[in-house]
Amino acid sequence: MLTRLLSGDTPRSGLLTALLLIVLISLAFAPFLFPGTRSLETAARICIFIVLVASYDLLLGYAGIVSFAHTMFFGIGAYGTALALASTGPSYWSLIWGTAAGAVVAAVFALAIGLFSLRVKAIFFAMVTLAVASAFAVFVSQMSWLTGGEDGLNYKIPRELTPAFKLIDEKILDVRINGKLLAYYLVFFVSAMLFLVMLRIVNSPFGRTLKAVRDNAFRAEAIGYRVVWYRTTATILSAVMAALAGSLLAIWLRYTGPATTLSMEIMIDILLMVVIGGMGTLYGAVLGATLFILAQTYLQTLMGVAADATSAVPLFSTLVAPERWLLWLGVLFILSVYFFPSGIVGRLRAGRA
Amino acid sequence: MAKEHPILETQDLTIRFGGHVAVDGVSASFERGSLTAIVGPNGAGKTTYFNLISGQLTATSGTVLLNGEAITRMSVPERTDKGIGRAFQLTNLFPTLSVRENVRLVAQAKARKGFDLFSVAESHVELLERADHVLAEVRLIDKAEQTVAALPHGDQRKLEVALLIALGSQVLMFDEPTAGMSVDEVPVILDLIRKLKSDMDRTILLVEHKMDVIRSLADRIIVLHNGALVADGEPAEVIALPVVQEAYLGKAPKSSETPEAPEAA
Repeated sequence: MLTRLLSGDTPRSGLLTALLLIVLISLAFAPFLFPGTRSLETAARICIFIVLVASYDLLLGYAGIVSFAHTMFFGIGAYGTALALASTGPSYWSLIWGTAAGAVVAAVFALAIGLFSLRVKAIFFAMVTLAVASAFAVFVSQMSWLTGGEDGLNYKIPRELTPAFKLIDEKILDVRINGKLLAYYLVFFVSAMLFLVMLRIVNSPFGRTLKAVRDNAFRAEAIGYRVVWYRTTATILSAVMAALAGSLLAIWLRYTGPATTLSMEIMIDILLMVVIGGMGTLYGAVLGATLFILAQTYLQTLMGVAADATSAVPLFSTLVAPERWLLWLGVLFILSVYFFPSGIVGRLRAGRA
Repeated sequence: MAKEHPILETQDLTIRFGGHVAVDGVSASFERGSLTAIVGPNGAGKTTYFNLISGQLTATSGTVLLNGEAITRMSVPERTDKGIGRAFQLTNLFPTLSVRENVRLVAQAKARKGFDLFSVAESHVELLERADHVLAEVRLIDKAEQTVAALPHGDQRKLEVALLIALGSQVLMFDEPTAGMSVDEVPVILDLIRKLKSDMDRTILLVEHKMDVIRSLADRIIVLHNGALVADGEPAEVIALPVVQEAYLGKAPKSSETPEAPEAA
């Protein structure tokens, strides 16, 4: 049953299984295990980014396609949901049609980009996606009458998903059972479901064909696969998944703006998460996203503590001052790429053999 | 009674790269169950001729007919669907995948299951069985789990043949199948090709340099020189032609002129 749910793609490493279970249990019980607004924000962000990073890995790791337009699709999903909620009111209906519209628009964009540019060399495709994504970001910030420009959009979501809604009056394990908790579990379960769908896709005949296309597109053609269609379909699937992740973010934050969805910084973060976790394995997305976001969120705090504790040591305390967190994140990244060139998952699986 | 079409035919097939004519008006037809060797010096256009038939290149002019149907403008996968199978000069496989997965992918393409998104690939038992059957035939079954990149060269060439067997094409094209193989491995490949021809009644086209290989396999030899067809016939007579001795085996002093008196096709 479990193997079936995972589409036969088991972690195949004791340590990897343990790490994945820790992530799963932590996320599933996050509101109870780690009370507090900040940790719940982090947990929801991790859920959403696991989907986003996995959808990018579907493209980069499985199909071997380098795209810089992934945040554009993420943004299309987020803006779809945001605009629907802002224009037709905070109902479930607007939530659903906005999400669906975002996914459809993302699919159409992906189809167009794919058909126009996947026939050419990989580097040109990467350039085209970069250009289209930059143009889209400018477009969104200029259309301020619709998108709120750089300020983004604030909107209401259905009341049952807000802190104002109380499911029961009592607290359970000292946690309020309110709409925010429901919203978290919506994010958690939808993310888990999308992840399992992607796991199925990469282990399907289609996913196997993608790997063949990645390995040797020339030969894939010569055994009868129409490579352009496989690449385009992969781009569309990946775009739709990214858009759905964007919709989750829009629901969770009740705010959508260029900085949270479209920025180049997020694109680079996604790239780093895929590489750190391990390309060509969706479990890499889980570990990559979790570690990266934890580091992003808590490294500063941790360094603050370290700097205070070592304030007597002159040079060291300056080095670990909280404002240098980006430097240390960079060091961590270099170390992880140096020691785990095939990513954390690649390293763990190789260690078993 | 209408004459039955030859399985494969090229009519006046030509490709130009700028001013250079790589294949120059080659007309030839290939009968079912025949094995034709295509010979000629390096740069004679043998591989280019192959690429024009299997679709990696598109002809400037002329026609390729498969069972009487023009396939000249079709893409590689379309031609593969129609029944043209191609093995490559430089081993051309899926290096990070396992040996079994390489063959399974071919079986999957043939079963047209590539766009199946929601079933687990391993649940298609018939494809795995087909892969193992072919691997047993080429004696690679013991290495089915290995990654292709880790395979010795000879085994990679065998796998190349296995992919063509799995494809089950009507026309099978081998581009120097024994290149770079050790002496004791060559007969294995030759046996496989011979078996393909006799058991399965395939039409085989073979680019080959080794004369002993050609003698032991071919029913017919085509000689290309500077992109043009200069001789076509039974192995014994073609090998004996002066033009072949000169152009291919290099026994006579080289002449830059187009060799004369080609055997009628």
